[in-house]
Amino acid sequence: MPLTDSLRDDILASVPSLRAFAISLSGNGDRADDLVQETLLRALANIDSFQPGSNLPAWLFTILRNLFRSDYRKRRREVEDADGSYAKTLKTQPAQSAHLEFEEFRAALDKLPQDQREALILVGASGFSYEDAAAICGCAVGTIKSRVNRARSKLSALLYVDGAEDFGPDETVRAVIGGNG
Amino acid sequence: MKDVKSKNATPGKQGGLNAEIQSRIGHQLRAMYDDVVRQGVPERFAELIRKLDASEPNPQLGTAGDKNDGRD
Repeated sequence: MPLTDSLRDDILASVPSLRAFAISLSGNGDRADDLVQETLLRALANIDSFQPGSNLPAWLFTILRNLFRSDYRKRRREVEDADGSYAKTLKTQPAQSAHLEFEEFRAALDKLPQDQREALILVGASGFSYEDAAAICGCAVGTIKSRVNRARSKLSALLYVDGAEDFGPDETVRAVIGGNG
Repeated sequence: MKDVKSKNATPGKQGGLNAEIQSRIGHQLRAMYDDVVRQGVPERFAELIRKLDASEPNPQLGTAGDKNDGRD
């Protein structure tokens, strides 16, 4: 369809969540904004292929996700800029202790396999249904569900196994998480 | 003081993960994401869309030039 005013407004309204998705995927604010820019250019250049009435955010997320994956393949041998680069993109820094916890979470998220990380973000943060997430990733709904479950298990193991005293007997938690590893 | 309701839960029996841990992970994930969402639309992108909207041929946009049908 042509780029109507309302479609343009909808695309603009998707930018904040596209950025959040890009930053969550890449862990790097500058790179994320380049990804968003490329996504917007590509979307607008191909706007005729967008089906009116279909899910615009899902369409845009699919473009961004595919760009990220081709970009990732190119860059995988480069040195990752994983320490603190995300935090720099925040306008308001989290409070000190929350900041530390946040960095730990970010580091754990970066350790997930890419398939699991994107599935977890789409379902757990972007709020897409399993069906939409499956369409965005080009895989079966069951595959998305299992990736999300594996991502949650792995994050639990990375973040909480050694500090699980708050949650109950160490051995119990360890056994549960170990069994899913 | 913490209100840990699931302290007496027996996660092993559920074959799943501790609900408290899962809820904390979900919370952190959304907090990370929503921090960025709350930043809104940076000027860079608002301007990009405005420029494209002016239906001017844009050298950055590959096929956009094809759509200029001489209306201007």
